[in-house]
Amino acid sequence: MKILSDQPPNPSDQPPNRSSEPPSGRDEGREGRGALEPLDAPPVGLARVREGVAAGRGPGLWRSFDELAETPEFQRLIENEFPRHAPGEWSEGSADRRDFLKLAGAAVGLAGLTACTRQPFERIVPYVEQPEHLVPGEPQFYATAMTVGGYAVGLLAESHMGRPTKLTGNPGHPSTGGGTDVLAQSATLGLYDPDRSTSIERLGKLVGWEPFLGELEPVMRAQEAIGGEGLRVLTGTVSSPLISAQMAQILERFPRARWIQYEPINDDVARRASAAAFGRIVDARYDLSRADVVLALDSDFLTQGPDHLRHAGDFAARREVRGSKREMNRLYALETTTTATGASADHRKPVRRSQLGRFAAALAARLGASGAAGPAIDLGDPELERWLEAVAADLETHRGRSVVIPGRFTDEGVHVLAHALNEALGNVGTTVSHIEPVAAAAGEQTPTMAELIDDIEAGEVQALFVLDANPVYEAPADLDFAAALDRVPFTVHLGLYKDETGSLCRWHVPQSHFLEGWGDTRAYGGTVTIVQPLIEPLYSSRTVSELLAVIQGSLVSDYELVRAFWSGPTAPVALGGEAGDFEAGWREALHDGFVPGTESPAVAVSVAGAAVSAAISESVAAEGAVAQGGLDLVLRPDPNFYDGRYANNPWLMELPRPLTKMTWDQVALISTATAGTHGVETGDVIRIQVGDRALEAPAWIEPGHADDTITLWLGWGRKNAGRVADGLGANAQKLRPSGAGWALEATIERTGRTERLASTQLHFNLTDYRTASGQAEARHLVRHGTLAEVDHPEFVHEPEHHVPQGTSLLPEWSYDGHAWGMAVDLTTCTGCNACVVACQAENNVPTVGKEQVLAGREMHWIRIDRYYDGDPYDPRIHHQPVMCQHCEKAPCELVCPVGATVHSFEGLNEMVYNRCIGTRYCSNNCPYKVRRFNFFLYNDKQTPVVKMGRNPNVTVRSRGVMEKCTYCVQRINRARIEAKKEGRRIRDGEVVTACQEACPSHAITFGDINDPTSEVARWKAEELDYRLLPELATQPRTTYLAKIRNPNPALVDDASAHGEEADHGAEETATGAGGDHASLDPTPVRPGPSSSGTSPGSAPTASQVLG
Amino acid sequence: MTTVSDAAGTRPPLGKPDFIGPGETPQSVTDTISGVVYGKTHRWWVFALAGAFGLLSIGFLALTWLLVKGVGIWGINIPVAWGWAIINFVWWIGIGHAGTLISAILLLLRQEWRTSINRFAEAMTLFAVACAGLFPIFHTGRPWLSYWMLPYPNTMQIWPQFRSPLIWDVFAVSTYAIISLVFWYVGLIPDLATMRDKARRLSLKRTFGIFALGWRGAADHWHNYEKAYLLLAGLSTPLVLSVHSVVSLDFAVAQVPGWHATIFPPYFVAGAIYAGFAMVLTLMIPLRHLFGLHAYITQRHLENMGKVMLTTGLIVAYGYACELFMAYYSGNVFERYMMVNRTTGPYWYMYGMLMLCNVAVPQLLWFKRFRTSAFWLFLVSQFVNVGMWLERFVIVVTSLHRDFLVSSWGMYSATKWDWAVFLGTIGLFASLIFIFIRILPALSMTELKMISAEGKSVGEH
Repeated sequence: MKILSDQPPNPSDQPPNRSSEPPSGRDEGREGRGALEPLDAPPVGLARVREGVAAGRGPGLWRSFDELAETPEFQRLIENEFPRHAPGEWSEGSADRRDFLKLAGAAVGLAGLTACTRQPFERIVPYVEQPEHLVPGEPQFYATAMTVGGYAVGLLAESHMGRPTKLTGNPGHPSTGGGTDVLAQSATLGLYDPDRSTSIERLGKLVGWEPFLGELEPVMRAQEAIGGEGLRVLTGTVSSPLISAQMAQILERFPRARWIQYEPINDDVARRASAAAFGRIVDARYDLSRADVVLALDSDFLTQGPDHLRHAGDFAARREVRGSKREMNRLYALETTTTATGASADHRKPVRRSQLGRFAAALAARLGASGAAGPAIDLGDPELERWLEAVAADLETHRGRSVVIPGRFTDEGVHVLAHALNEALGNVGTTVSHIEPVAAAAGEQTPTMAELIDDIEAGEVQALFVLDANPVYEAPADLDFAAALDRVPFTVHLGLYKDETGSLCRWHVPQSHFLEGWGDTRAYGGTVTIVQPLIEPLYSSRTVSELLAVIQGSLVSDYELVRAFWSGPTAPVALGGEAGDFEAGWREALHDGFVPGTESPAVAVSVAGAAVSAAISESVAAEGAVAQGGLDLVLRPDPNFYDGRYANNPWLMELPRPLTKMTWDQVALISTATAGTHGVETGDVIRIQVGDRALEAPAWIEPGHADDTITLWLGWGRKNAGRVADGLGANAQKLRPSGAGWALEATIERTGRTERLASTQLHFNLTDYRTASGQAEARHLVRHGTLAEVDHPEFVHEPEHHVPQGTSLLPEWSYDGHAWGMAVDLTTCTGCNACVVACQAENNVPTVGKEQVLAGREMHWIRIDRYYDGDPYDPRIHHQPVMCQHCEKAPCELVCPVGATVHSFEGLNEMVYNRCIGTRYCSNNCPYKVRRFNFFLYNDKQTPVVKMGRNPNVTVRSRGVMEKCTYCVQRINRARIEAKKEGRRIRDGEVVTACQEACPSHAITFGDINDPTSEVARWKAEELDYRLLPELATQPRTTYLAKIRNPNPALVDDASAHGEEADHGAEETATGAGGDHASLDPTPVRPGPSSSGTSPGSAPTASQVLG
Repeated sequence: MTTVSDAAGTRPPLGKPDFIGPGETPQSVTDTISGVVYGKTHRWWVFALAGAFGLLSIGFLALTWLLVKGVGIWGINIPVAWGWAIINFVWWIGIGHAGTLISAILLLLRQEWRTSINRFAEAMTLFAVACAGLFPIFHTGRPWLSYWMLPYPNTMQIWPQFRSPLIWDVFAVSTYAIISLVFWYVGLIPDLATMRDKARRLSLKRTFGIFALGWRGAADHWHNYEKAYLLLAGLSTPLVLSVHSVVSLDFAVAQVPGWHATIFPPYFVAGAIYAGFAMVLTLMIPLRHLFGLHAYITQRHLENMGKVMLTTGLIVAYGYACELFMAYYSGNVFERYMMVNRTTGPYWYMYGMLMLCNVAVPQLLWFKRFRTSAFWLFLVSQFVNVGMWLERFVIVVTSLHRDFLVSSWGMYSATKWDWAVFLGTIGLFASLIFIFIRILPALSMTELKMISAEGKSVGEH
């Protein structure tokens, strides 16, 4: 699949592209990267100019002062003086008087003139000597890793002529299994973000590196004299062995200095629970490849958390029912909010936080966890009692093959009880392992942060280094970091952006993106990856380890630091093994993307009974906010941009979040029933009060959300993030006092204002919901059934018997060579969105902005359709990725007046951008609505740094043309060229589309359907395979494998009656018979065909209405 | 020309009493109608033209902005990728139908009442087609490349895609525009000669003279003229049916529920005639009043037009009923939901207003009282003008906004730029009309003279 495997290990210490960059004046500012080499100090007046050049996006070798004026600093200055229009798309209301006058002028001008544009004059520099291994047009792949919240995600980076353009999961890396998530997929755009800080600043003024060193030196000398009494270093969670070692050295040299790690999405609760249950801090790791029954206690383990990619892959592998495999794992999910994991569950139940605790306690008692004896616990909900019975029995019969996963954001008691349950079920050692924490100095983080603030307020801190963290934005509500910063005389901030903290610190140093600098990092399981850069830093930036080296008093390059550490005596393992061949080991580690033998060791621990009984009594006693007439406020990281550090990434901002499909708005999720009691409608701005703190957010009625609970996403309300994120939403961290968990007690009130919310799929009220879900069901868009039905899948094909199947008068195409096709397994798709962003990165798909999303003009080539099914209070949720279906009888091809969309000889429905005149008829006639139109010039064709990130093999579309999924035709063509060179056919698996590659649960396959042995042909031969809208006779090349659930027979009757009733009502609405949804007619319309129920995994009923 | 006969004023010929006022003679016809051109400029005309030109300027600005920014300034989106541009296109094309129908079909059917309105109706057709023609060009994403829809020879040897109804449209509309123009011009030739003869200024004499193509009123001129006119009428007749049939295929060929229906061609043609007559009335009634043309546009004309409207309106109503029935009878879930959504969905009020304007109100025309009242006819025709626009809105928008995949349902609303372009075409239309009535004989003097008392006997030689 990867060219990587054909490449020799890196021949040199650095990737070739480092040396392959044409020499440019940009390097001038980095001359001093050699060890201890002092920078030549230019005259003071020129320092600023030089810095500007070093940072510039303009020409590196400047020829005149006019050219220097191209530098961003200068332009920013000009811009402040003469503000231009806000960037972004033209919106309806923005034609002001000036525009009007311009327009009036232009109207006159256009009457007599045709425009002539002079192309800008640009010089290009060819290679004098062709670098080895670098073939123009051929991408290269390097293994590296991204660190999110302290933990590594192993990646392969695709580089075009020295520019990284695309990231994908490193299949060999234990943290990913080849899949990626939205953060990794969007990281290249983060690298080329024009809002990144570009140069070192003191108090907002551009200065060089030398003044910084000049000012730093006396400070550090003074600190050394007092043992570092006033020195503090604040970082996020650090797993990097190098940084840990550097910090150890610093603390040795400055014994009274402190190192504070603070991550806004931290594991304080889990750590406290671990300390209580085991008496020490360990990390729990779950192996879902061995689990038959999974109980998720408010855990979004499939799409969130440091190990989620591995979870998603393992979970999906146990869930596929293709070929002869007829076994599935079963997932129960109890949730206080809605998550993609819950949507993938066989049984999902929304619960309040207090109910969750009680359920865990009751389950622990039932399953005889140590210390769990006690009086019976009243769950206060007959449905939950039934759940308890069923889940307990199921877990009991799958001892050692089950797992209980507590959510990262649940209460401490739930964590303790989950540990106890796993132990009681004999899961420890099979599906659960406890490991030595990977993070350095793992412990509770919030108290250390509070201590830091106290120290500052006591005037004890003279020098504070904030490295790759943004405490002003992320610190808990009661810790006023901004005020504290004022009291520290010497503050240094290192960050990708001059963010909330950076703008308040005395010094701001731009940080190198992980694709720009050397480093190392560890995955959640401990595996080390040496992070190798793909590109010379774009700006005069430094890595964390480089800055730490400066604190230690030496200017050493990141590369030297990493090499020195890993070849030194303190390296965690000796690279090169016993042979001691460091170079070979180093190359191998770089090539493979990880260092073998660095997994964190397992730790044998056992749960203390006392902790369990304490957790139980605490959980039982917890009344929750509801008792006081309030609501539970649940805080969660934003599903797209995590804690907010990636908020300025437009791909993430505009990516429809799972389930809500919200793009540019922070919303407060609220359940259907609770919205009713509070008189809140979707879009009503509500005020959420927690103690004496409050924020406002528009409400979003979320079917399936827990009652009396409200969810807010963290990561919004940025003030200095950049042009994308600034001013959007509110910072929910500022509702949370330090020491509190992730759920708070809140009250809400309506403000009377409403807001238009940019959701990409149906803003609905309840009536719309019924119409939509009824229509979706009547149209058989998502076909789903149970495991018991797999061998008699009437639910897949029966709908087609009821509908006259369309026939076509046009002759069939014939394909002698390849015939490309795709299949999507709805069973394993979790709706995580990785494919959407992967497609965006691969195909240069632009973002359009909130106004345009509101207008219905988002450009994503794949969308994940979300359907609700059944009870509006607790529906089943389905995901269906829809990309161009590449129909054999494509309705779009027929109606294009200029033949801009045509059928290829291999069956692709191709879009010829050059020929398109933009009548949009093809989109109207596309039943799948997968075509996207450039209503404006959406692609930024001006900003140089943005242009660097584009895939050179894909046309950057201009205004007025239609576009859509191409099945990654550029990848097909690349494989075709390779195959032709070798005189063979393209092999199965050789063409991997971007969406397929990114999918962590491998739910998408692609290949040649003419080849009966190909994977895609085998998927399509499955009984479960179906086409979307078959009655239209479009014969799509993309097909879907019906969604299979594995319900517990003990819970299924009620659930299906629930579903039947809702479906029934909805269908009546659909046929116009005026069915009243509220009519409680539980009669099953059609009992399921299977009643055997003998095998443990089988469920006896069909649970949906068809026909 | 001839002298005035005494008898003419007192004894109109039998059988044709109402198509021309009593006492009209060829001389009076010539004087009155050329007087509109050669008479003094009314103040209202100046203001009206200024108003129309103001609207046209708004449209011009809007189109300029469109070229600068892109079609995104309109309300269109995915799934509703066609909006007001296409609605307006179909609306204007529909309006254009009355002219040819009146000129050609009624000529062939020897409906002499057409004579006093045909010139004007033809001009209206041309102007409406001109307005309509703007939309398909400017609604494309890259209007400067619209000529790619023409089968012109090019070095790449790329042809249009002939299976697309949009290409059929190009041919249908351009053929229609050309034939209508020729037909109109040929009909004008004798009148241009009259204008030449009546002109006092040499420059006007020359100008009209050039366009009159040397017409002298010789017998062989008349002979050739009549033949050519009849032939052109024969050529135009099928076009009346074909143009809107082809336009309807833009929708019917697509598989969108609400578009994909075989009823579309006849129902669109009927709708077009309906709309066209409504627009003729809308223009004719005030014109008749302002220029005092009651003698030439009589009660009978108005009533006949009312009857045509009633008939075509009923056909259109039948079309609506047919759509409803077929959606139900098909048993097709998409078709059924389309009608449910059309009638009760978010745009139900558009459908309701459509029913009011196009089905309910025109039923007044069953009553002679309303048919013969200029005021009521004007009012009803306003309803029909609006109703026919709504019909196109309902067809285009409510079909597209909720089609097959529920996830892709969306909403549509027009922006101020949609309004600006629409108003601009109204301005263009009105400007052309106002200019036309001041520089060319708005009624056919030749034909009116033929049916005027004396001309009748001359005409029936």
